[in-house]
Amino acid sequence: MSSFSRREFLAVGAAAGAGLVIGFYLPHGSASCAFAPNAFLKITSDGKITIVVARSEMGQGVHTALPMILAEELEADWKQITIEQAGANPTLYGDQQTGSSASLRISWDPLRKAGAAAREMLISAAALEWGVPRSACVAENSSVVHAPSNRRLSYGHLAARAGGLPIPLVPPLKDAKDFKIVGKPLPRLDGSSKVDGKAIFGIDLRVKGMKYALLARCPVIGGTVLSFDDKESKKISGVGFVGRIGDSAVSVVADSVWAAMEGRRVLNVRWDEGRNKDLNSAAIVDVLKKSAANKAATLYSRGDVSKVAGRRIQAAYQTPLMAQAPMEPGNCTAHFRGSSCEIWGPMQWPPDVRDAVAKAVGLDSDQVKINVTLLGGGFGRRLDHDYAVEAAMVSKAAGVPVKVIWTREDDMRFSSYRPASYHVLSGVLDGKGWPAAFSHRIVEPSINTQKGFPGSSPEVDADLPDEASLIYSLPNALVEYVMTVTPITPGYMRSVYGLETAFASESFIDELAAATGKDPLEYRLHLLAQDEDIKYFDTIWKTARMRGVLQMAAEKAGWGKPLPAGHYHGIACFGCFGTYMAEVVEITMENDQPRVHRVVGAIDCGQVVNPNILEQQIQGAVNFALTNALRAQITVEKGRVVQGNFDDYSPIRMNEAPAVEAYFVRSTEAPTGAGEPPVPPLAPALCNAIYAATKRRIRTLPILG
Amino acid sequence: MADITLRVNGSEHQVNVPPETPLLWVLRDTLQMTGTKFGCGAGLCGACTVHVGGEAVRSCSTPVSQSVGKDIVTIEGLPGNGLHPLQQAWIAEQVPQCGYCQTGQIMAAAALLVKTPQPSDEQITQAMTGNICRCGTYDRIRKAIHRAAAGGGR
Repeated sequence: MSSFSRREFLAVGAAAGAGLVIGFYLPHGSASCAFAPNAFLKITSDGKITIVVARSEMGQGVHTALPMILAEELEADWKQITIEQAGANPTLYGDQQTGSSASLRISWDPLRKAGAAAREMLISAAALEWGVPRSACVAENSSVVHAPSNRRLSYGHLAARAGGLPIPLVPPLKDAKDFKIVGKPLPRLDGSSKVDGKAIFGIDLRVKGMKYALLARCPVIGGTVLSFDDKESKKISGVGFVGRIGDSAVSVVADSVWAAMEGRRVLNVRWDEGRNKDLNSAAIVDVLKKSAANKAATLYSRGDVSKVAGRRIQAAYQTPLMAQAPMEPGNCTAHFRGSSCEIWGPMQWPPDVRDAVAKAVGLDSDQVKINVTLLGGGFGRRLDHDYAVEAAMVSKAAGVPVKVIWTREDDMRFSSYRPASYHVLSGVLDGKGWPAAFSHRIVEPSINTQKGFPGSSPEVDADLPDEASLIYSLPNALVEYVMTVTPITPGYMRSVYGLETAFASESFIDELAAATGKDPLEYRLHLLAQDEDIKYFDTIWKTARMRGVLQMAAEKAGWGKPLPAGHYHGIACFGCFGTYMAEVVEITMENDQPRVHRVVGAIDCGQVVNPNILEQQIQGAVNFALTNALRAQITVEKGRVVQGNFDDYSPIRMNEAPAVEAYFVRSTEAPTGAGEPPVPPLAPALCNAIYAATKRRIRTLPILG
Repeated sequence: MADITLRVNGSEHQVNVPPETPLLWVLRDTLQMTGTKFGCGAGLCGACTVHVGGEAVRSCSTPVSQSVGKDIVTIEGLPGNGLHPLQQAWIAEQVPQCGYCQTGQIMAAAALLVKTPQPSDEQITQAMTGNICRCGTYDRIRKAIHRAAAGGGR
């Protein structure tokens, strides 16, 4: 057990009322900061327990899971713990990005220690008040109890006194076997507000005097406004300000959303379509294919693949642009007040929004106040700051508080997209059919570099290594990356690079197995047979844990056992965000198209905090990934995104949704990510099942393209 | 603009809006009932589902003028002793993730149960396939409808 370092703990003091406040530190990969606490535990004299933390709730259940972790060590009633969503203040709250499946990973240790420290201080406060030995006092259910005298004092009563005591350097943490809350399938705290219409998402929030705005944007990527005529727009009742916003948009501000929609519909804008007016999808794929011959950066190297001779098998894989399409369309509310600006909206990265808004409206970052609402889905799209920047600019131009709303077509056509990718794979088989060499060259734009967040090396995207791991014991292996640039704005989307790298590498492993007539499960298990640590940049992957999920998924799915006539299995495994995941997909083929009946997923994400929420994440990610694999495809013609709504970009609906079974490896390792790791194995497992059924190998997504 | 009288969740409301305004925006902007959601604006996703004259309709594509003289029921007025049995079942089965589409899902399910109190899997699929959930909660939606149909809330 480690003692508190200065990075983890700084503050202990009285709350604004009387009470106990503990400040603690939630680390984050990209945060370089600051010997300052970025999360707070507050216990006030009325017994209220609050965690002030900058983690957005977008459906992943973080506002339920974090209180559970804290309550476990604090010996508190977890339902009485409320989350206060911290605003954007990097000095105070650290990096605050909700992404990378990181919330539990980074919060586990600090939250437990904060809870344990508070518990010990509350016990000490009670012992002092009663004048009894500390050792005779026990914390339970938000109280301290002295059994010999049958006395009990509430945390609220003790909070002020505890707040004056020194913080323990090494608070004892509970043993996992004594957990009463962590590991239980407890119901989410936000359940009832999400069934009665009371939950307030960004789009629902209103501020006093607020108007609504829609923006007309150039249909061609990167085009700009030449001129506009608002005569017809102004005839629509309720339309007020119409004006240019930046180089590439015109806003229509109105008293109601409908008036703004109508006003935009009849607005006449002349566009300079710019240099992308002839861009199409084929040209983007061409850029990727040509770039494959460029110099590559090495992500992982072992042995020397160039020196291995034998039977060589090669294949190329490709994936298209995809849109996140969360159910809540883009929106943000802003009030520019001259020397300050306030923002309300659904967002995953508040400090980035704050800085971008400040720059756009000519303020300093500390003049911008950010309020984070509930998110109607994120899936990475809400790591962008475009909605907020638009809202702030419109509010400044129109001189009123404004809610900018994107229609579904706006969201589909002006998103930041999962980049299209191209993969070249090569394997050399030894005399027994096992891979003596395996190489994977990934060709894809860098989201982070294009957004201005370069990684440690200019040739490698900052996120890619964590989402391109090759977790097999291979004597000679090489994973490389060629960074490309296309005119499409790249964006983060659930599992980021994992979807495409796993599609390529896990399909190709299947190709090697098929080429040698070996069972795909046995082939993988052979490559995971030895216990080995595989170091991949900062992450150490254990073959034993991957073997564990693979065996678990196979066993639960009945791999190798007879299936009903016409049913076929496919399998894949992948590791990302610290988590190991394997999936078995069961399909039939109907009219040459796959129908997915059942998906069995096995996950090893360390200690399971809440099995209910973990199962939700796996069910959700499987359906999300199934949409991606089957149909999700953004295409570009004449510089314009073709797809517009849920008719031509059509997510999985109930009639196509498979039964999803989720199994968890029991573990007391610290928790790792769960929101994204179940995405990558689905597409290769599905395509491997299609191969089993048809001997047809799918190397280009989407399957129904 | 026109003066229009609407009967929403049993109460009469006077609104002054263009008659072609979709019911969705009258509910959300004019009457400030934001439980009904905007998802696609084209009747493709079901997030805006309400009941008009007992039928589940897509309020984003229903002009307000077509709703005059009919009973409009939104998620805020779904009948029940406290929560409607479907809402209770939704909590019991822990359906919502982000929650954005769930009010529309519940309204679609409520219309189903009125006409088909004991729906089969097939009937549930047929009734619910118009409603998209990007969080992929379909398994649990199905279980919650069966639970409510069986008379089990919490």
